[in-house]
Amino acid sequence: MQWEPVIGLEIHTQLATNSKIFSGASTAFGAEPNSQACAVDLGLPGVLPVLNQGAVQRAVQFGCAIAAEIAPRSVFARKNYFYPDLPKGYQISQYELPIVGRGQVEILLDDGALKTIGVTRAHLEEDAGKSLHGSFSGAGGDLTGIDLNRAGTPLLEIVSEPDLRSAEEAVAYARKIHQLVRWIGISDGNMQEGSFRVDANVSVRRPGEPFGTRAEIKNINSFRFLHKAIEFEIERQIDLLEDGGNVVQETRLYDADKDETRSMRTKEEANDYRYFPDPDLLPVELDEAFIEAATAELPELPDAMRQRFRDAYGISDYDAALLTTSRATAGYYESVVDLTGDAKLAANWMNGALAAALNKAGLEISESPVSSEQLAGLIKRIQDDTLSGKIAKQVFEAIWAGEGDADQIIEAKGLKQITDSGAIEQMIDAIIAANPQQVEQYRAGKEKVFGFFVGQVMKQSQGKANPQQVNALLKDKLKG
Amino acid sequence: MHEQSITALAAALRARAFSARELTAHYLARIQQLDEHLNAYITVTDEQALAAAERADQQLAAGTAGPLTGIPIAHKDIFCTNGIKTSCGSRMLDTFVAPYDATVVERLQAAGVAMLGKTNMDEFAMGSSNETSYYGPVHNPWRLERVPGGSSGGSAAAVAAGLCAAATGTDTGGSIRQPAAFCGITGIKPTYGRCSRWGMIAFASSLDQAGVLARSAADAALVLQAMAGFDERDSTSADEPVPDYRAQLEDDIAGLKIGLPKEYFGEGLDPNVAASIEAAIKEYEALGASVHEISLPNAPLSVPVYYVVAPAECSSNLARFDGVRYGHRCEAPTDLEDLYTRSRAEGFGAEVKRRIMIGTYVLSAGYYDAYYLKAQQLRHLISDDFKRAFEQVDVIMGPTTPSTAFALGAKRDDPVAMYLNDIYTIATNLAGLPGVSIPVAPADGLPVGLQLIGNVFQEGRLLNIAHRLQQATDWHRMTPRLAA
Amino acid sequence: MALDTRDVAKIAHLARLDVKRDERDHFSAELSNILDLVEQMRCVDTTGVEPMAHPLHMAQRLRPDRVTETNEREHFQQIAPQTEDGLYLVPRVVE
Repeated sequence: MQWEPVIGLEIHTQLATNSKIFSGASTAFGAEPNSQACAVDLGLPGVLPVLNQGAVQRAVQFGCAIAAEIAPRSVFARKNYFYPDLPKGYQISQYELPIVGRGQVEILLDDGALKTIGVTRAHLEEDAGKSLHGSFSGAGGDLTGIDLNRAGTPLLEIVSEPDLRSAEEAVAYARKIHQLVRWIGISDGNMQEGSFRVDANVSVRRPGEPFGTRAEIKNINSFRFLHKAIEFEIERQIDLLEDGGNVVQETRLYDADKDETRSMRTKEEANDYRYFPDPDLLPVELDEAFIEAATAELPELPDAMRQRFRDAYGISDYDAALLTTSRATAGYYESVVDLTGDAKLAANWMNGALAAALNKAGLEISESPVSSEQLAGLIKRIQDDTLSGKIAKQVFEAIWAGEGDADQIIEAKGLKQITDSGAIEQMIDAIIAANPQQVEQYRAGKEKVFGFFVGQVMKQSQGKANPQQVNALLKDKLKG
Repeated sequence: MHEQSITALAAALRARAFSARELTAHYLARIQQLDEHLNAYITVTDEQALAAAERADQQLAAGTAGPLTGIPIAHKDIFCTNGIKTSCGSRMLDTFVAPYDATVVERLQAAGVAMLGKTNMDEFAMGSSNETSYYGPVHNPWRLERVPGGSSGGSAAAVAAGLCAAATGTDTGGSIRQPAAFCGITGIKPTYGRCSRWGMIAFASSLDQAGVLARSAADAALVLQAMAGFDERDSTSADEPVPDYRAQLEDDIAGLKIGLPKEYFGEGLDPNVAASIEAAIKEYEALGASVHEISLPNAPLSVPVYYVVAPAECSSNLARFDGVRYGHRCEAPTDLEDLYTRSRAEGFGAEVKRRIMIGTYVLSAGYYDAYYLKAQQLRHLISDDFKRAFEQVDVIMGPTTPSTAFALGAKRDDPVAMYLNDIYTIATNLAGLPGVSIPVAPADGLPVGLQLIGNVFQEGRLLNIAHRLQQATDWHRMTPRLAA
Repeated sequence: MALDTRDVAKIAHLARLDVKRDERDHFSAELSNILDLVEQMRCVDTTGVEPMAHPLHMAQRLRPDRVTETNEREHFQQIAPQTEDGLYLVPRVVE
């Protein structure tokens, strides 16, 4: 019996403003507890919120990046509930009239297909503080410590349509949004530090039937766990339904250690948030001029750039996608292409040797010990036949190790490719003379022995002989 | 000294008839002697007042004094005053020392006033009689067994009894105007957004407004002048220039068109109060004004609308009082729920709890449309009624309250009866318009207030209209006789 | 409109107010009276009327994105009921 998973993601991303959404306190990460919680953030009696222009600009920029409608008028609403990290006893959010309306993004699936995922809306809200559990005790048991530095940090809550049909799609979508917010510079999207949080709404149904009851999964802080959590939850729901049970609408936490989701222990009936428009704030009205000014600063978006790379440079969608995972990567690539004129070679080196080295060392491209100029320098020596492909790898490693530029290393280590036919012929003659048996075998039809000769030439030349020339000359000479 | 107008006091200070220090000491002595009968003050700030007075004396000597330099005033205990207890009349904030100043407090301080103390009020500004305060009820200086009105009862009583030259108050449904009427003084609630709400502990955010209680419109004009104006810390602060209220006082009112809403002269209005109002209106006619009957057809719904909107907003505004960062915390909470429910149950009085619960209810799932949304729709209609009226007339007048000050305890057991006290004042808050109450002829020896309602940002005009009556009559000069 | 004691208990919980059993009847009666007052709203038809959330017809002003507040932790925590190492303390929160 077939089941179809239906998934929607709610992503909260912290906007990279200098100050909080409703106060002038700093949003810098890692400060001493409560040293960045001003009167407004603490919810002292008599304080009032004033809206940060930077938060609005970034929301508008996101809306544009997903081709969404920007609401000319949006309203802040209070979401009322009690929790110690929520100082006012309500969160200022947006409810009926969010700043960004319907939009969409395209995701690239593993099989190369493109799928369009709808974004229902995106709205602005304030973040809550942090609880440090079980770190203190007093008369009466354990206490929890509350740090309100994070309270008031601007968040953009991005809600997807329930268009996702698998854990793979969900992760692709989450990665896409992640890429986008970092690309346009509105958020640093750091999942470990909590500036990019993903909650998943998961349900299953028989194909063609209405949506089933969904469960919300929280506490997922990596793409890998997102995948696992969703897969677990899909299985759990299918098992439950096939056993004749019902899925309960509830919030579940993902436990990474046990790789399972479990129901949250708070016995909250569905929370009644009693939303109403916040009377301390007026409706946000945005005119064309504001929207244009905000979006004028937007760079070329990743999808457009990916297509441009594919078309202009003749590289595959797959390669282009890798080269446009971030603006830094794309910038690096274009620099290499500009300097070498060889888009394909540049793509191969970046998606091959460079990517592997960066991954292994856990570095961002901006931290690469090999600069785009250095990589271009290396590629030029391949283009002009100074280096064979194999030796080029050695040179790359040497540049990475900080031994200098390609030319310096080639010089210092004597790695120039041998392209002098005479010299190669001499080597071949000597090897043929020294290995009569293998010559016999080859001439008798054992084709594989050819590789032995190639290997010998390479060994003799310390890998520097030009492989094409070696092949051609060997073939010739072995013919006899 | 305490019977003189602020203008006269300022002149006397400049003429060095007495020093600011002497003036402040005079008021402090009166508070010491007389406040035990009134309970108008929660906190008296002798030291700060005298220190401010000394600074004022220096300014007076240097010739840099302004119209309010050295004038002793009191602040309703709803305004945060840095380093000074700010209780909002509640046990919840009994130990709360405000860590910052409200804008209104800052501005008046900059104008050179000497703050005598913080006045008593209905708890969290919820009430019309000043009987819900944690610090005990305030007594009306005219008759001690009567209420002074609320929620700014302490401020009104203090001004009426000469325990300060003027006082600040707040008005959400009539909390400045109604006590001004009950205590025979002048009170003004400006247009919503005229004064900053920064540092003013919130009750109902879309209705609250800071204002002045004083002995005359002229005095009120001086104080309002210093308080009013745009504040970037308050998103609901109007970026509207503040005119010269004092200069406006002397404007001519001949040809003034006065509207009398028929809904404000119907059933429920005490005939003696009605008679005083009519006499006052006649005075205005004598001054050249013309009187027209108008209708505010939706005004009778203002009380039910208010008792949805205000509790809804306050239920949310008061959620921050949870015993975590400031304010009352219960003893030895067993868990988080216990911390919340017990701290709040202990910290809040009965009226506050009622309003929080009503507010929670009308916002809750399934009821929002029928109550909150409906109320905001009616609010729109009420506001439109005023817009239409102001197309025909320049100012709307009527009684501030349906009766004179009632006895302490008379309405405490019937919240709804208490709510009906505000029947003439509430609509003004719903529409965000400015309103003034001035004393007219007393009825049965108790003060009666005439309410004037103006169009948006017409505070100056209202004070002018009020001032003209006070030039032609003596009702505002009457003072209660208090035994020392 | 009548509120029974169960309604009162539910509302009190949402509002985090400890209302003892013997107080619920009393509150139920008082709140029901207030709601009777509020019922008067029904007599006017408001179909199509725009709700008025604000007396001011203004749009929200935007503040420039600048840090303007300094660390005032000591000052603000002077009035706190219980703190340690700069953190506000509450009974343990169970997740």
